[in-house]
This record gives sequence, C-alpha cells and structure tokens, in this order.
Amino acid sequence: MSESGHSATGYIVHHLTNLKIGEGFWAVHIDTLFFSASLGALFLWLFMKAAKSATSDVPGPLQNFCEIMVDFVDTQVKDSFHGRNPVIAPLALTIFVWVFLWNAMDLVPVDLLPSIASLFGIHYLRTVPSTDLNSTFGMSISVLLLVYYYSIKVKGPVHFTMEVLTHPFGKWLMPFNLLLRIVEDLAKPISLGLRLFGNLYAGELIFILIALLPWWIQFTLGWPWAVFHILVITLQAFIFMVLTIVYLSMAHEDH
Amino acid sequence: MNFNATLIGQMITFGLLVLFTMKYVWPPIIQAMQDRQKRIADGLASAERGVHEQELAQAKAAQMLKEAKQQAADIVAQANKRANEIIEQSKLDARTEGSRQLAAAQAEIEQEINRAREQLRGQVVNLAVAGAGKILKREVDEAANAAMLDDLVAQL
Repeated sequence: MSESGHSATGYIVHHLTNLKIGEGFWAVHIDTLFFSASLGALFLWLFMKAAKSATSDVPGPLQNFCEIMVDFVDTQVKDSFHGRNPVIAPLALTIFVWVFLWNAMDLVPVDLLPSIASLFGIHYLRTVPSTDLNSTFGMSISVLLLVYYYSIKVKGPVHFTMEVLTHPFGKWLMPFNLLLRIVEDLAKPISLGLRLFGNLYAGELIFILIALLPWWIQFTLGWPWAVFHILVITLQAFIFMVLTIVYLSMAHEDH
Repeated sequence: MNFNATLIGQMITFGLLVLFTMKYVWPPIIQAMQDRQKRIADGLASAERGVHEQELAQAKAAQMLKEAKQQAADIVAQANKRANEIIEQSKLDARTEGSRQLAAAQAEIEQEINRAREQLRGQVVNLAVAGAGKILKREVDEAANAAMLDDLVAQL
C-alpha cells in the first residue's frame, strides 16, 4: 500500500530495516530472532505433538502429515547418504521445515505485521527470517561446522589432514591442495546462505514493489507472484536440505 | 550486509531445534512408521496364508462331499437290494403259507366229508331198518340181525 507522504524509496528502505538493538557487531535483530524462534517453536510443537501420540495403528491427520514429511526427508537422506548417522535425518527434517516456515512468512502481506506492530510502537519489523543474512548464514555455518566435525570424527585427524593436503593433486602440490580446499569449503556455506537469502530477499522486494502500486491493480501482479512464490519457498527449503545432506555425506566418504 | 550477533543467536536456535528434533520428534515417528510397516507386512503374509488354508479346506470339503455322495449311493443300493430280498422272501413265505392253509382246508373238508358220510351211513341203516320193519310189519330181532346189518353198513 503506497502511503501518501512517504516516498517510494523511503517505504522500501523502511521495509528492509530490521528492528535492531545495540550497535556494531553486537547488535541483534529482534524481529529475526523472534520470528525464527517462534516458527521453530511452531515446528517443534506440531511435530512433538504428533510424535508423542505416534501410533502404529491408523494415524490421525496430524500424524499422517508429519509422517509424510518424515518419510519424504528420510527418502532424501537414504538416497544420498549410505552410512549410519543418527543426526543427519533429524537435521535435514529441521532444516526443511524450519526454512520452509521462514520462507512462508513471505506470503504474509508485506504491510500486515508491520502495521500491527506499529500500533504497539514498534516501527521497524522484518517478518521473513530468510531475508536476513544472519539467519541463512547462521544455518549454513552450522552445517559447515557439522561437516568438519564429522570429517574429523569419521576419518580421524591424521587422515583428514592428509586428505586436505594431498587431494586432488598429490603431495607435491600441497599449497595448491590446501588453497583449493579452503576455497571449496568457503564456497559451501556462502553458496548455501546466499542462495536462500538471495531468492527470498528478491521475492520480498518484488512484493514490496507490488505493494507500491495502486490498491486496485495490485492483485494482477501480486497474485501470480505469490503463486510462483509457493514454488520458490518450497524449492529453496528443499535445496538447502538436500545440499546439507550431500555435504554431510561427503564428509563421511573419502574423496 | 550487516552481520552481527543475530548470527550467533540463530546458530544457537538452530542447534537447539536440531537437538530437540533428534531426541523427541524423529525417533517416535519413525518407530511408529516402521511398526506399521511391519504390521502391514505381517497382515499381508497372514492374508496369503489364509487364502492358502481356505484353498486346502475347500479341497478337503470337496473330497468329503464326494465320499459322502459315494456312501449315500452305496447305502441306497444296499437298501434297494435288501428291499428286493425282503419282497422275494415275503412272496415265498406267502406262497408257502397259502399252500399250507390250502392243504389244511382240504384236510378239513375231507374230514367233514367223512364225518357226514359216517352220519349218513348211520341214518341210512336206521332208515333201512325202519323201512324193512315197516315192510315186514313184524318185530325184527335187532340183536339177531345186527351182524347182517353191520355187514350191510360196511358195504355202503
């Protein structure tokens, strides 16, 4: 909704500013933390409710839904990871559902929650956690740490160091191997985090731009974009999950 | 691009979520699914077994039915044979009894005839004596002529 008195640039910048406490590095985005934690709680509440009453008899609707999700994730994990690891599948489930819920916040009308919040004196609010680099990188860096943890745990420190130093060009090109490895491992979290961030940031920006149109024409662009976005939010959650599984299964195997 | 402490907060949240999912969400659901899978497999297996058993039972029932029919046919045949025997026997008995009774009747008739003949003889004698008495118009000594009369009776 274009409000008279605000310039378009002001409107857009306003929508892209986080609710922030503190300055510099130690500042925190309250809105990102609040919404991602709430969505995480929603996920846990829903799935724990289903898990608590899980039965091998005829499942109810909630259990059915959760089983479909679990089965879907389990199939993905089994397809690309052949070792035994009790963490990967639950991790993948958490990533898929959590990222999906983050992204789904993009379908909430862009002005709805900020307008409500402004009634309570909160003047900046970004509702989509995946449009905050801190969220996407928080997750991708966690995944990288897990990749390192399992690489070292499965292969042993010595074997792991050997692998870093001697692959892929053999031991005589050790510096190049190391350099290549560093680039490779940096590329993982950056590509993971930026892909999700970029897609959702762009999506949100389009929604904000559409919101600048007169109200009677908004649906002509807003509706197709929202429908298209249903695909995007699911796809991005799926990609993040699958790449996590692939990275972790690579950590378990020799190059 | 403003990285700040939110990153750490998000990592902590993520870690907690994964931990909870690992501990409380994943195992019960996957367990329930595996249990159901097993139960369905068992159910299918027992259904298969049931079908097999039913086939066996059907074959057994057909066999028993066949035997029963055979037995029934045997019994009917035996009964028919026995009935014929009884009828033949009865006919034979009836014939024997008939001829026996016929013989008895004939004997009785014979006896009756003899008895009647004896009576007739006596009466004929008396008649002859009375006739003779009337013809002779005199007292005939019955005792004196008894021998002659007996001789006459024997000749009748």
